[in-house]
Order: sequence, then C-alpha cells, then structure tokens
Amino acid sequence: MRFSVGVHGLRARMSRRSFLKGTSAATAGLAALETALTPAGAAAADDPQVFGPEPVSITLRVNGAARTVAVEPCATLAEVLRGPLNLTGTKIACNRGSCSACTVLLDGVPVASCSMLALDVGERAITTIEGLANGDVLHPVQAAFIEHDALQCGFCTPGMVLSSAALLERNPQPTAEDVKAAISGHVCRCGTYPHVVDAVLAAAQARRG
Amino acid sequence: MAMNRFEWASARTAAEGAASGATTVADAMLPVPGGPPGQAVVLKAGGIDLLDLMKEGLLAPRRLVDLRAIAGLDAIAQESDGGLRIGALASLQQVAEHPLIADRARALAEAAGGSASPQIRHVATIGGNLLQRPRCWYFRSIAHRCLRKGGGKCFAVHGENQYHAIFANEVCAVVHPSTAATALVALGARIEIVNAGGDVRRPLLDEFFVAPETDVQRENDLKEGEVVTAVLLPAPAAATTSAHMRQSDKQAFDWPIADVAVVLERDADGRCSKASVVLGAAAPVPRRARATEEMLVGEMIDEKLAREAGHAALEASTPLARNHYKQPIFAALVARVLLRAAGQG
Repeated sequence: MRFSVGVHGLRARMSRRSFLKGTSAATAGLAALETALTPAGAAAADDPQVFGPEPVSITLRVNGAARTVAVEPCATLAEVLRGPLNLTGTKIACNRGSCSACTVLLDGVPVASCSMLALDVGERAITTIEGLANGDVLHPVQAAFIEHDALQCGFCTPGMVLSSAALLERNPQPTAEDVKAAISGHVCRCGTYPHVVDAVLAAAQARRG
Repeated sequence: MAMNRFEWASARTAAEGAASGATTVADAMLPVPGGPPGQAVVLKAGGIDLLDLMKEGLLAPRRLVDLRAIAGLDAIAQESDGGLRIGALASLQQVAEHPLIADRARALAEAAGGSASPQIRHVATIGGNLLQRPRCWYFRSIAHRCLRKGGGKCFAVHGENQYHAIFANEVCAVVHPSTAATALVALGARIEIVNAGGDVRRPLLDEFFVAPETDVQRENDLKEGEVVTAVLLPAPAAATTSAHMRQSDKQAFDWPIADVAVVLERDADGRCSKASVVLGAAAPVPRRARATEEMLVGEMIDEKLAREAGHAALEASTPLARNHYKQPIFAALVARVLLRAAGQG
C-alpha cells in the first residue's frame, strides 16, 4: 500500500513502513517507490502523514524530465536544484527572496526558489535557466540578451531571463513599463536594467516575426 | 544561518490544521523557561515569512503543518449578501488581479499588487500576509532580545528608528508589516477564524490586531488551535470608491515608509457621506486617521480640503529621533490618495 502526501498533488509516495522506521531515503526512498508494503497500523490511515526530518523521496518535474531525489523537509527548492540536481544556473544570493537571483518558473510563473521548500513544489513543472533553450537553439530572450549586451557579471541574468520569458508567454506585446514591472523583483548591482528592457522588447518583436 | 531540521505534515482540512497541536508563530518564538527550544508545531501557508524567521534562527519548529492542500481555501467569490469572500490561501497576485476585487475594492487590489515582488506575490497568501511578524530590524536580529521576543527593552525607541512608527510608539515602535491590512481595515474587512471544534469567529480585522500596550509579544488575537480561513469584505454601498498608495525608498520591491488607504462613500450630489482613512507603516497596527475622516464628512472633496485632511492625519503623531521625515510624507500621501479615491488624482 502506498501513500501520497496531499500537497497540491505532490507525489511523495513512500511506504508507511519505511516512514515509520524512519529509514533514510538514501536506502529506502527509491525502493519504497517500487515496493508495495502493507502498513502495520491500518487504523491510523486517516491521520495526516508526517515526514522527516530525515530525507523524503520526491519526484520533481524539472525541465521536462522527472527527477527523483531525496530531500529533507527543510531543504529549499534552490538548494535542491543546485545541490543534488546539479542545476547551478539557479543562483542563491540574498537567500531571503529579496533579490530574485533564484527565480525559477513553476508552471510558467516566476517564484523565488530560495523562499520555497522543495516539498512545496508538488506536481508543478519547474523550468530553470538550463531548460529554456531548445537544444542548441537559444530562447529569443537569451539571444536578445546577448545581442543587446544585457548582462555584465551575470549573477542576476538567469532570473532576469526567466522572468522575461514568462512575461512574453502571457503578454507577447509588452510595453517598456510591462517589462519593468516583470523584472521589478530583480536586483542587478551592475545596473543592466535599460539593456534588459531593450532586449526583452526586441525579443518580443523577434517572436512575432 | 541554515534552517533547523523539522518534520512535515499536511493538513487536509482547516479543522485538521487546528487540531494539529500547532501553536501561534508568536508563541513559538518566545523562549520556553527551562525548556528545550524547537518543540513547537507551526502552521504554514505560503511559507515566505516562516522561512525568513527560520533562516534567521528566530523560529525553530519541530514540525510544520502545511495548509496548502486544503481544498478551496484559495477561492475568491461573491457571497449571497453581496460581500466578497477571499480564501486565506489566495495569493497576493490572485488578490491583485481578481476582477471582483479590482471592481469593488480597488484599494485592496492596489495594496496587494504593489507588495513585494512578482516572485513573492505568486507564493505569499493573504492569510499569511496578515499574520506575518513585524519587519523591525531589531526584532529580526537574533542578537537583540527585544520586548516583542520576551526581552527587556525596545531597541528602536532610542536606536535606528527611521523606518519605525510615528504613532503609538511608546512601548514598541514596530510598524505593522502588512500593506494589504491598511486597505482591508479601511474597507471594514473581517477575518474568519476556525478552531478544532468547528467554532467560527469573524472579528473585524481592526479589532483582531493587538497594540503593544495590550500585549507586546503578539500582533493579533489569533489563539492556539485556530486557523485563519478567509478575509471577508462587506458589500460596498452604492457610491463607494477607494484607493491605496505607498511611498518607499525604491519604486519597486521595497517596504513602504508610508502607505495610505482611503474608502469614500458619496451622496448623489458628490458630497462625502462617509470616509475611511487608514495609515500603514505608521504605527504598530493599521492606524485610522479619525480627525481626517471626520473633517471629510459632508464636504465636496477638492485639492484644498485634501491638503487640510493630510495635515489632520498627523494629529497625535509622536515621531522618534530619526523618523520626523515621515510626517510630511504622510500628509502628502493622504492628500494624494484622497484625490485618487475621489477620481481626481
């Protein structure tokens, strides 16, 4: 018998037995996904499931692929992306949701991955900067950032690009004010903002053809 | 500082969350005399403020009980009496963009839409926004055991207080952290709260907030074993208009140094019949500018009256050493928001 954590459909399936034993997911997590076990205390099946503080095995949908990973409940999405998933394009700068360098898209919506627990993601599709290009073909926003010299040190760039790409999905013909609002959460200490606005407007035009 | 390790559980209903053994965040942050730290169970919605507090080492719960899986708690809908029900899990972005809120309660749409960043607004909930703890830098510093954290003094009263309260700041000089609350108090909103036994109470938001003179260790009247389920807006009178504006150091993504919400009802001839004027980032709880409200009733709103109303809003202000500058900002902002609510700004 398997259990699901009811977190926006989070599919953190794990066996009650492996949970009750407090077995670390390093040894039990993946196995538990494949092994159906009968719970010892079926009468308690209505109680909310408790996970952790040991790692829990969860499957995240990242850049179109299902990635199963063992995470402690206290792990942020940014830490899981950069650590076990080795997607270091997502940056952690302030780690307080104040600079937006850690921006990723969840179902196309920009969020601060430093200020969200990995267990909060559930079934939502994660897009990181590594998942934006189509193979070797850059996303129009990426190409426009290069063309318009919209970055210097590059630390804010992955987040800026993702927020801009999300903007063009919901508003293909943005004004400069729309672009400024879309990137308003991003702190760029190099001061690239004017070139970012130029690049996003150009990318919008390029997408329209 | 890394967060402590904790357990995770997920409530399927508000009653389950209420029965989870959770304490309030305020209680979870107070030192337990003689007891080990980190034993509290705490409820979580969007988690934005909880993660901030945990990363600073100010909160170290044993378990988080996530409320996000509770079905329907993020819905925004009109009620049969014409009022609006905003589920506690509705995100600030949902609140900012919802057509019924934009149409009926523009002040709230403007307050929510101007809060934080798009990234935060997509995750932060209206319930969590109202319950977040103050942003005073002494309160947020692990090195300062201030009154609000069970210590012996307010460091802000004689310290770096440029972003602190200019009203009612004798005991503790924090300003209320929620900008949405400024608009909601002006709109006469109620907050819906349930407990594990299924009892429901719906106090006025204005009365739900707690001033430091009453209890310096909490900002609201939420009790152990209670869950906030909704914010309720009354049906507006026919000719009601509203507006909210903020003034910050930075244009985007900054805490306001002043914010103001105005709700106006007007007669057929355009005279003000009722006014709600509330100041945010001004006092430990959202502050009604009663002198301003009274002087508007029976009058036609124009620029001259708006300026006088702005100055009246400063009545009883007691600025601290470094925040006198907020007085002219509030005076100007009240005038500006009043004109905007009246369709002249």
